[in-house]
Amino acid sequence: MTLVGRFFMKAFAIVEVEMIKIRRDPTEILSRAIQPALWMLVFGQVMQHAKAIQTGKLAYMDFMAPGILAQSVLFTSIFYGLSAIWERDLGILQKYLVSPTPRSALVTGKAISAGIRGLIQSLFVYALSLALGVQLNWNPVSLLGGMVAIVLGAAFFSTFSLIIACIVKSRERFMGIGQVLTMPLFFASNAIYPISMMPTWLQVISKVNPLTYQVDLLRSTMIVGGTQAFSLGVDIAVLFGATIVAILIAARLYPGLAS
Amino acid sequence: MSLLETHSLTCAFDDLIAVDHVTFNVEKTEVFGLVGPNGAGKSTMIKVLTTLRRPTSGTAIICGHDITQNPAAVRSMIGYVPQMVSADGDLTARENLMLYSKLVDVPSGERKSRTLEALEFMNLADVADKRVRQFSGGMIRRLEIAQSMLHRPAMLFLDEPTVGLDPVARASVWEHIMQLRDTYQTTILLTTHMMEEVENLCTKIGIMNHGKMIAIGTASDLKTASGNPDATLDEVFIKFAGAEQATPGGFEQAARSRRTARRLG
Repeated sequence: MTLVGRFFMKAFAIVEVEMIKIRRDPTEILSRAIQPALWMLVFGQVMQHAKAIQTGKLAYMDFMAPGILAQSVLFTSIFYGLSAIWERDLGILQKYLVSPTPRSALVTGKAISAGIRGLIQSLFVYALSLALGVQLNWNPVSLLGGMVAIVLGAAFFSTFSLIIACIVKSRERFMGIGQVLTMPLFFASNAIYPISMMPTWLQVISKVNPLTYQVDLLRSTMIVGGTQAFSLGVDIAVLFGATIVAILIAARLYPGLAS
Repeated sequence: MSLLETHSLTCAFDDLIAVDHVTFNVEKTEVFGLVGPNGAGKSTMIKVLTTLRRPTSGTAIICGHDITQNPAAVRSMIGYVPQMVSADGDLTARENLMLYSKLVDVPSGERKSRTLEALEFMNLADVADKRVRQFSGGMIRRLEIAQSMLHRPAMLFLDEPTVGLDPVARASVWEHIMQLRDTYQTTILLTTHMMEEVENLCTKIGIMNHGKMIAIGTASDLKTASGNPDATLDEVFIKFAGAEQATPGGFEQAARSRRTARRLG
């Protein structure tokens, strides 16, 4: 087998394990469906009636659905590092690190697993959107584009979470930082209001926030008449590039989690 | 050439030298028992030898590969069973073995047969498809040792393999370790607190204290060196390791080993 083939064989061994675990205990992933439902049913309905946020020709619910999808993936992914700390507190991590598997393959396996988790979660948000009358775009190419946005976004934020886990190393500190990070990442993005409405300083921050590019890609693919602030190429390039950089950093820090 | 040799191996933390210029060899097919009081540096020694932690200075050569120059090559030659529980409780024994066979480069055509062989070797064939969560402590340990042997490593590192096990489970784990050495000619380095285990089963013993290897030899060598050939190994240990002293990290270590014991028990 080639080096690349072996790399992905090992990464997918990690993915396979994660899938077995989701199948055996789907309660965690099911409970993640509650939060997006609250946002869309409460926040979305109120804002739609208030007409407080200018979203051009799009109804506010249509505008917000891709943002809530990205948010639900973000909120799960950002706590992904917790499982790595758990594996360290057992001894699973140490054993994996002493195997001849490259650390980057272990980290990539986790990133891909998070991506698949994201896809499963997005089924709920799609179903919810459908029920609320959001104008969904069922064009196969658009659906594929949306899937790319979900997988890359989940892969990036889960790996970012792993980096934090490698730095703080304890569950308590990790939970604290995770809580502190989620809301700023969410609000400093175009998830529930367009960038053009933000003050300049916030616009700058939201333009370096990968969530913005994930939402942008989703907004152009998930709903009928959705428009993009950036181009498809920029969105994918930013998400993909950020994910690769995060994986490289995490692979370097990962062994340190064991000591 | 020895299978493992260390050269003035040293590993320092911010406030203490956990392994302090240690030089020793382990020969092929030897069962080397590393003993010493808590905080003596045994676990750090294992972490350095298994490439989990880089030495501050000095080095070790394992199976011809330098741990600082080529840690990846070392990792392909060794197996490791951490003190803590390293099998995944949410998976079955078979799934644990299949996963690990991929991570350690067992050829795809042989994964199933090696998994089966490992299950039979460790007397786990009839519980192969049960989740590990339901296993007893001794079964978990046997599964972990089976995992670490899938790629037929030349050398196996076991960090307190019998901690927290009752006498029956302990005897069974030991029996399987010895069987494994006889079948595959595996060289073994392990740490333990059980002097009778060391006496009956290890071909060579190293006593560590304060990061240094203070005595090394067979059980009878050590007894003679202690000045009393009729001493028990416990007495020899106390003589070499001295009275109990407060060592840093004691609280965390105690908490951790009791947690492991609770999980296995």
